[in-house]
Amino acid sequence: MSLELRRVSLRVGAETHIHPVDLVCEPGSFNVLLGTTLAGKTTLMKLMAGLERPTSGEVHFGGRDVTGVSVRNRNVSMVYQQFINYPNMTVYENIASPLKVARMADDEIKRRVGTFAELLRLTPMLDRRPSELSGGQQQRTAMARALVKDADLVLLDEPLANLDFKLREELRDELPRLFADRDCIVVYATTEPVEALLFGGHTACLYEGRVVQFGPTGEVYRSPADLTSAQVFSDPPINTAQVTKAGGDFHLVDGGRFPVPARHAGLADGAYTLGVRPHHVSPAPKGTQPVAVEGTVLVTELSGSESIIHFTFHERTWVSQAHGIHPFEVGTRQRLYADMSKALVFDETGRRL
Amino acid sequence: MNKTHDNRAWFFVLPVVALVAFNAVIPLMTVVNYSVQETFGDNVFFWAGVTWFEQVLQSERFHNALGRQLIFTFTILAIEIPLGVAIALAMPRKGPWVPVCLVLMALPLLIPWNVVGAMWNIFALPDIGLLGRSLNALGFDYNFTRQPGDAWFTLILMDVWHWTSLVVLLAYAGLVSIPDAYYQAAKIDGASPFAIFRYIQLPKMKRVLTIAVLLRFMDSFMIYTELSVLTGGGPGNSTTLLSIDLVKIALGQFDLGPAAAMSLIYFLIILLLSWVFYTLMMRNEQQ
Repeated sequence: MSLELRRVSLRVGAETHIHPVDLVCEPGSFNVLLGTTLAGKTTLMKLMAGLERPTSGEVHFGGRDVTGVSVRNRNVSMVYQQFINYPNMTVYENIASPLKVARMADDEIKRRVGTFAELLRLTPMLDRRPSELSGGQQQRTAMARALVKDADLVLLDEPLANLDFKLREELRDELPRLFADRDCIVVYATTEPVEALLFGGHTACLYEGRVVQFGPTGEVYRSPADLTSAQVFSDPPINTAQVTKAGGDFHLVDGGRFPVPARHAGLADGAYTLGVRPHHVSPAPKGTQPVAVEGTVLVTELSGSESIIHFTFHERTWVSQAHGIHPFEVGTRQRLYADMSKALVFDETGRRL
Repeated sequence: MNKTHDNRAWFFVLPVVALVAFNAVIPLMTVVNYSVQETFGDNVFFWAGVTWFEQVLQSERFHNALGRQLIFTFTILAIEIPLGVAIALAMPRKGPWVPVCLVLMALPLLIPWNVVGAMWNIFALPDIGLLGRSLNALGFDYNFTRQPGDAWFTLILMDVWHWTSLVVLLAYAGLVSIPDAYYQAAKIDGASPFAIFRYIQLPKMKRVLTIAVLLRFMDSFMIYTELSVLTGGGPGNSTTLLSIDLVKIALGQFDLGPAAAMSLIYFLIILLLSWVFYTLMMRNEQQ
């Protein structure tokens, strides 16, 4: 079954929480909602689930209009950022709860709870209460509860955000496996671009209640529709620079210039914004068209094998994400190189060209 | 390492020691003093040993007062706790009505206790009180100053009116601390309103309800002001609870020895029952 949002919007009072959105999630697909806090990810999920009724537009599920249908009458499950379990039930009872409500036979409940407890490595904890579990185990219990009932739509609202690094990595690896042989639609909200890239599937970039772009994850990442989409889907943030095209050259504000990359040769003269991803900026010339960018170092983050260097470039903060250790001292002036052949070019309205 | 031993730091706690001694230890010791001695005034004391304790524990009067006290306390707990939870559940959780409801709920708690007693006394008078006259007009033979049953009814009604708010406010605090996500998750599971109450709201309110039960237990066990203004323990001895009885013995009959012994027994009963309550509820928690 597929999930289709047709011009769905949500207004509360005078405030627009979700601008009209069209979105189709294919059966069995993994969809990522990517956006910062307050971008509207949770609200969009609630609209999909039927926890909120859209102000306008229609929600179709499996070809049926379910716009006004209560969440109780839809086969939906959801996992939240907080670990939501029934506090005085054991792990077993928690996982079994949606099946009990559905009046399933006891031995069938037992079998399914067993399967999912095994899958989520909860079998030794079945008799414990949520308060006796670690955060990761609590969240795995919540996930087992969401998975056990064989929902048509599984909504995961930043389920890994409250976990520590190690557990997050673990669960992140497990997640795709859990859904591999199921034909439900999975919608996964996250603030982290790297999660979207890891899960693949489709990604919707959200910004201030708008879905700015929706498509296959790789495609959205490589060819963002506009500057906003590129900014949402980049971590560290994408670097931008104002340029003017005159003839065969891009002119930077301070007078620096470099030839327009071949694939943008057809652009008309005028003002543009360039977007350069941090991993295309490095301390040594790289790629086919390295252009020197000079600036004052603000912060240098060294992590094992990688350096993240923040510096000012034409009064904007730029970030370079480079292999190797480059212990640039804060406050010093440094020359780095941006591979302009990879630069994204946006027009004045922010649309990518 | 060269550790300096300097006990002068103890001087800093002396003011507190003095204060506690003055307002707690010395008065308590005075009571203990009275409880083991006999006096006829003029500061002349005779050693009495445990005579007063035996006398109090064996007296029918004390047994009756204690029995009435237990009935009263458990009756109001059985009414106020469920009623308080029910009202808290019915209160809005968001919106402009929240402060209105909270203020309305807090009002009875802000009224001085003797005023509560006086209000209810007048309210319930069968000849001029609104409640008393109305009940009589409806055909009930109601007179709380003459009929023990009516006195109990009025007393319990007054306590429920006065103190349910406390339970409401505590339960409400517990309720609003439950994240919305719990309700959504239950909705998605298809849980009934009763299941939501039983498996989400009640467990989440457990801690505040433990406190509510303890507070109401201790306070109701020591009820004096409102009761003494409302019925003064009457008619007869029918509403003479422990505190009223104690005052009658101590100040009415001036039997300081038995009164002191009774005070200590009274104090130990409250301490013991509170401890039992607390342990039971905490053990439940751990299971």
